Amino acid sequence: MIHDILIGPFIEFEFMRRALAAVVALSLAGAPIGVFLMLRRMSLVGDAMAHAILPGAAVGFLLSGLNLFAMTAGGLIAGFTVAILAGVVARSTGLKEDASLATFYLASLALGVTIVSLKGTNIDLLHVLFGNILAMDDQTLLVVAFNATITLVVLAVIYRPLVIESVDPLFLRTVSRAGGPAHLAFLALVVINLVNGFQALGTLLAVGLMILPAGIARFWSRDLTAMICIAVIAAAVSGYAGLVLSFQTRVPSGPAIILVATMLYVVSVLFGRIGGVVRQMFPGRHLEA
Amino acid sequence: MAALHFHNVTLGYDRHPAVHHLNGEVAPGALVAVIGPNGAGKSTLLRGIVGILRPLDGSIHLGGLDSRDIAYLPQSAEIDRSFPISVFDFVGTGLWRGTGLFGGIGKAAREKILRAIAAVGLNGFENRPIGTLSGGQMQRVLFARVLLQDARLIVLDEPFNAIDSKTTADLLALVKHWHGEGRTVLAALHDMAMVRTHFSETLVLARGPVAWGPTAEVLTPENLMVAMRMCEAFDDSATACAEDGRSQAA
Repeated sequence: MIHDILIGPFIEFEFMRRALAAVVALSLAGAPIGVFLMLRRMSLVGDAMAHAILPGAAVGFLLSGLNLFAMTAGGLIAGFTVAILAGVVARSTGLKEDASLATFYLASLALGVTIVSLKGTNIDLLHVLFGNILAMDDQTLLVVAFNATITLVVLAVIYRPLVIESVDPLFLRTVSRAGGPAHLAFLALVVINLVNGFQALGTLLAVGLMILPAGIARFWSRDLTAMICIAVIAAAVSGYAGLVLSFQTRVPSGPAIILVATMLYVVSVLFGRIGGVVRQMFPGRHLEA
Repeated sequence: MAALHFHNVTLGYDRHPAVHHLNGEVAPGALVAVIGPNGAGKSTLLRGIVGILRPLDGSIHLGGLDSRDIAYLPQSAEIDRSFPISVFDFVGTGLWRGTGLFGGIGKAAREKILRAIAAVGLNGFENRPIGTLSGGQMQRVLFARVLLQDARLIVLDEPFNAIDSKTTADLLALVKHWHGEGRTVLAALHDMAMVRTHFSETLVLARGPVAWGPTAEVLTPENLMVAMRMCEAFDDSATACAEDGRSQAA
């Protein structure tokens, strides 16, 4: 019985296996990026960037219909353009990154909706906004896995300057020029993973599998490596449980995944070891030293 | 050859000078105190030396030193203390010159880091997240990182601000140790008694240089009065400086 609910769907249906593979790939790459987004106080920047992808995806849709490959390419181009322009503006002027991103993403969101409205139907729009992980074909799955692999490789390369830039940017500036390139590479990774998430969760929820697991991890560890591991596991568990929930209840898959992650988040907020609500209300007796 | 050579240096923000027409040299191995009231341009000068602020005019020569040969301890570091990083890892970033992007931290490097942490009196703090340290402990951590940077030129911006006397004494001993090793040390300071006792050379700054030389000769009531009278505010209607090197050349 339990076997039928938890494992049966994946044995029986190929699209469920593909969806599971996709969600694991998304978790492996997206969750570490999400941890850095959160620690760098860029959670909302990630959200803003997710919207910035829309016009590119819309152009891809306009040119070749609901072809995930074309929409991915378009999304990548739009996302990179916005990320790099915003990064360059923030670095060469006094404007903070969040302010310059807000400008760029508002412009591209307006552009995206305009483009979709030129050709699309409401169903197309729904697909663009919320994704459909169950409709993933082999080619798309390969793209998702490829992007995840690239992400992990690049993250390994820029890990050290990225960490130092997050803690003490002024120090990095005095010892190295790696800070700028590392920052831009990180923004690029954010875009790649948003586009990846866009396949599965759509433009509105893509950032969810990045930020929510990072938020969960913050409540369980003070160690960066441990936080990244916890975030990856939390994302993968949310993905798996969300798929099962979606299959058994016919709730759309994207929202189901994000809702499961939200439940884990609420549990963490309440019972988390680091700064959880219960811990703060009942901290135990104070120590000797 | 001088460790530092200032040639008509003007540093500032938005064309307004914060350091105005500074000339002079710092000899290798010198221990120089930079003093002056708030807003005198001490921090600005130090930022110019380490290269995070480009001179509006004139030039600063580093006497053949690479930017990696400079260790800089800023006054109000933009350090994100909430970032989950341990004292050990944070101090270890001081080895950047040797490790760069990919270099591993081997056994020898680990021992170096532990020795630096011990040298600032933080034994046992290696695994503590930096967010749990007190202000004085954090300053010790920053000194440990400077120690690891093993730099020819060490630039300290008000390193003893809001630090208790015990910590100040410990860290000051470290500064004198660096001086003894022949490193060039510049420190922006406010404590005149400390400058008198421990620093052989002093630059009194009040936007422009007021006096520069052996501490005993420079640290006079007259010079300090001149420095104190300096006006702090920028004049928004100021015209271009007549002494501007570029306008002279034109």
